Amino acid sequence: MPDGVLTVGEFAEQVRSKNAGPFWITLDIFLSTDADYETLVAAGAVTPERVGRLYRVDPALVRVFEMPHIRVVKVSFPRPVPAGSFEDRDQHAGQQYLPLALMPLHRAPGPSPAVGGTR
Amino acid sequence: MTSPVAPMTAAPSVSLVFPSGMLGSGISAEMVSRGVRLGADAIAIDAGSTDSGPYYLGAGESKSSAAAVKRDLRILLIAATGAGIPLVVGSCGTSGTDAGVDWTAQLCRQIAEEERLGFTLARIYSELSREQVLERLAARRVTPLAPSGPLDPETVNGCTHIVGVMGHEPIVDALRHGADVVLAGRATDTSLVAAVALMHGLPPGPSWHAAKTVECGDQCTTSPRGGGVYVTIDQSGFQVEPLDPAAACTPTSVAAHMLYENADPYRLTEPSGTLDTSAATYTAVDDRVVRVQGSRFDTAAIPTIKLEGSGIAGYETSSFVAIVDPDVLNRMDEWTQTLLTRLHGRVADLLGLAADKYAIQVRCYGHDAVLGPLAAAGRCPPAEVGVLMLVRAPDQATATAIAKTANPLLLHLPLAGMTSLPSYAFATSPAETERGAAYEFRLNHVVQVDTPTELFRTTITEVTDA
Repeated sequence: MPDGVLTVGEFAEQVRSKNAGPFWITLDIFLSTDADYETLVAAGAVTPERVGRLYRVDPALVRVFEMPHIRVVKVSFPRPVPAGSFEDRDQHAGQQYLPLALMPLHRAPGPSPAVGGTR
Repeated sequence: MTSPVAPMTAAPSVSLVFPSGMLGSGISAEMVSRGVRLGADAIAIDAGSTDSGPYYLGAGESKSSAAAVKRDLRILLIAATGAGIPLVVGSCGTSGTDAGVDWTAQLCRQIAEEERLGFTLARIYSELSREQVLERLAARRVTPLAPSGPLDPETVNGCTHIVGVMGHEPIVDALRHGADVVLAGRATDTSLVAAVALMHGLPPGPSWHAAKTVECGDQCTTSPRGGGVYVTIDQSGFQVEPLDPAAACTPTSVAAHMLYENADPYRLTEPSGTLDTSAATYTAVDDRVVRVQGSRFDTAAIPTIKLEGSGIAGYETSSFVAIVDPDVLNRMDEWTQTLLTRLHGRVADLLGLAADKYAIQVRCYGHDAVLGPLAAAGRCPPAEVGVLMLVRAPDQATATAIAKTANPLLLHLPLAGMTSLPSYAFATSPAETERGAAYEFRLNHVVQVDTPTELFRTTITEVTDA
């Protein structure tokens, strides 16, 4: 991460992930204030396209919920592999929030937005 | 329950104690009795989950120990029978298999004898035979849930255990037949609280939303430390508070619980319909009690029962070795690739097995084991890396033979340019651990039913204190 680039995790009060049943994962971004919530939403940081690229899933399957009443942006998508299957690295998906937390809050200028997990 | 048939007129309100998110996690006797003193009409608790993986359903074993479950059950049975209120336990034995219900019933009988308690015990079985599911499949009554595709008979036949996930209806039936203690097989987390409220004629919107709010105990409070919650459902909404007087519910902590383990934070599908919380309002009654109104429930035209199934996907053997050599730690991906290439060659040579006859996972803990390809690049090398190698094969002997073939490589794998043979740090002797059968979830489907009780079987017996 280049110096001075604010990440979603640094900006938010909390970012967490968890199974939603064995076949889905859900991630919640909690913001501290209404102003922070508005900033995050206005930045267009969390879109199905960006999340799909970050987690290598089809953006058409990514659901994003904006919930101003509790200052939360929620993201859900099908697990790449079902919970507990041979390829599953995180049975409860509780540590899968990190790529989202490391994602830059603001889209990079230019045609190729900077995202984490570029190996 | 004192009368065999519960009154059909609506009660003004119903209150429940929900002591914890999981039976066996260590509930507080003090908090449970506080809830009883507050006027609870019932105690409900969930004993299961799919969250710990496919093993428990596939093998029909409990995740929690008998000692832990019995400790919590003892507190709940003493509190419920002492107050003359029902106790409802859902998803007995972690996955709700028939064996899980019987195991929990046996613990209840032991406690009854030890504590000289008597009660009417209902066991609701939710396990389905493969034939039952195949019949429904042939009748075109089974449909997939996203992201799964249509079900085929081969998948059904590959399951060692299949359960239907019940809603409130079989539980209500058991309570109406006079059960003091209901041990349900696989049930939705929410059905336990909803059953008690709906049985007393309260409206489904508040009943289901209240049930969802408390299904993880005090997770809906600002200090989830294990004290449980107290919930009161009435004609226009519900109120929830922590049982611990020092803890609090806030409108945000209660509203946020709809996020937890839910793909959709506004809609929750049950066998009889769908809870819709999009118009719900959350208001602080005081500094630790929250009132919720405006929850709706849309009744389904055709009830559906979700199926869960798990089956054996192979047999596993694991090995664990650790590395501190900074040169290797800077070249972890190269090390892993070298290991796999040489291992596949050795397995073909020694065992005559093609690479598609077995599967290997090499997970480098400290490097990228948890996030895999999503792990961020360009980090400093860690101080140590632990390498977990998982081998999966069609039988245990083959899995172990492959792991033993890997042993000399895991011990000594040299990288290009090394002038002496390294030796890495095995954690145990032997290095290999046989993990036995490995299971996987096979079903993500619902079956349409004519009645929401038809897939479930209930047995009611008297447990006497004599």
